[in-house]
Amino acid sequence: MTCGAWRTRRWGGVLGAAVWLMACASAPAPDTRRSGFDFMSPATQAMQRDDSQNPAMLWVQEGASLWERKAGRSALACADCHAAAASSMRGVASRYPAFDTASQQPLTLGQRINQCRERRQQAGVLVPESLAWLGLESFVAMQSRGLPMDPPVDARLAPFVQRGAQLFEQRMGQLDLSCAQCHTQRAGQRLGGSVIPQAHATGYPIYRLEWQGMGSLQRRIRNCMTGVRAEPFAFGGPEMVALELYLAVRARGLAVETPAVRP
Amino acid sequence: MARTLINLPPAPKQGDVIEVRTLIAHPMESGYRPGADGKVLPRDLIRRFSCLYDDGTSREQVFQAELHAAIAANPYLTFPLLVTGAGTLTLVWEGDNGFTQTESVALRLG
Repeated sequence: MTCGAWRTRRWGGVLGAAVWLMACASAPAPDTRRSGFDFMSPATQAMQRDDSQNPAMLWVQEGASLWERKAGRSALACADCHAAAASSMRGVASRYPAFDTASQQPLTLGQRINQCRERRQQAGVLVPESLAWLGLESFVAMQSRGLPMDPPVDARLAPFVQRGAQLFEQRMGQLDLSCAQCHTQRAGQRLGGSVIPQAHATGYPIYRLEWQGMGSLQRRIRNCMTGVRAEPFAFGGPEMVALELYLAVRARGLAVETPAVRP
Repeated sequence: MARTLINLPPAPKQGDVIEVRTLIAHPMESGYRPGADGKVLPRDLIRRFSCLYDDGTSREQVFQAELHAAIAANPYLTFPLLVTGAGTLTLVWEGDNGFTQTESVALRLG
């Protein structure tokens, strides 16, 4: 309803005009951000909605068993310190990437899990994109499902967010395209047969039908970079983390969907 | 051991027709795709799926499916089942390279 319609329906006279002016001044701009979920076909949406259909749950199941399994020289399982993930990990994924005081850098959720494995469990780190890594990350991230994305408001993160924003706008590759040219300026239009989503990374790690498997946000970004014929950023590299952080800030308030399904 | 997810509705009644949902982690490699090195990846498919229902009085096969190269990885199969009594469902996936996976789930009546 527009402010004008609201006025004519409910108010008249000077008082009404004053209220109308105040309402218009304080009304926030409508949020035009939409999750990639909204751009999918009903069949793919149904797949994500129903856990018994969602193949990503096979990875989550693996993660749930890893959570309980003792590992490393400490012979500790995640559950020994953190107890039940459903309560202790609720809302954790929505707050990542977060600033790590020791390394003075932001850490992604996957890096944080590996840091815990290395320092606390004294176990070998999980290989990025491996079954165990994706399993544990998606299991932890799923505990935040439905919560709004809430990256930390931390002044120390500001330069990294800025770097991420700059990378998002930077043209790259032989096609000389930036992320923003497709995902901000042309979102909703088509690239070949596919609708271009707004690139809100709310459901990672995702089960991607094109991959016939599970993958992280970094894999997805590398995929896009190869698409524009650019040399992809390294897994876990500073550019990747900055971009991931910027995307989290950009999607602030949208609901976490992990484990999502994407075409 | 492949990972599987089997979903039955909670507490069905005798005479109900329920939907049994199954998911299994499997690459379903068609045998036609080239790998990163350009060589064709060897075929690795689940070829057959079956379900045996032991309802306490008899044990019989209630569902069977043949799977082929055009079926996506991590196949999701569902089928309706007439509940004739409390018992066990035995689900068997068989495929190339001697792949077999057997899962048993208890069917409890509500």
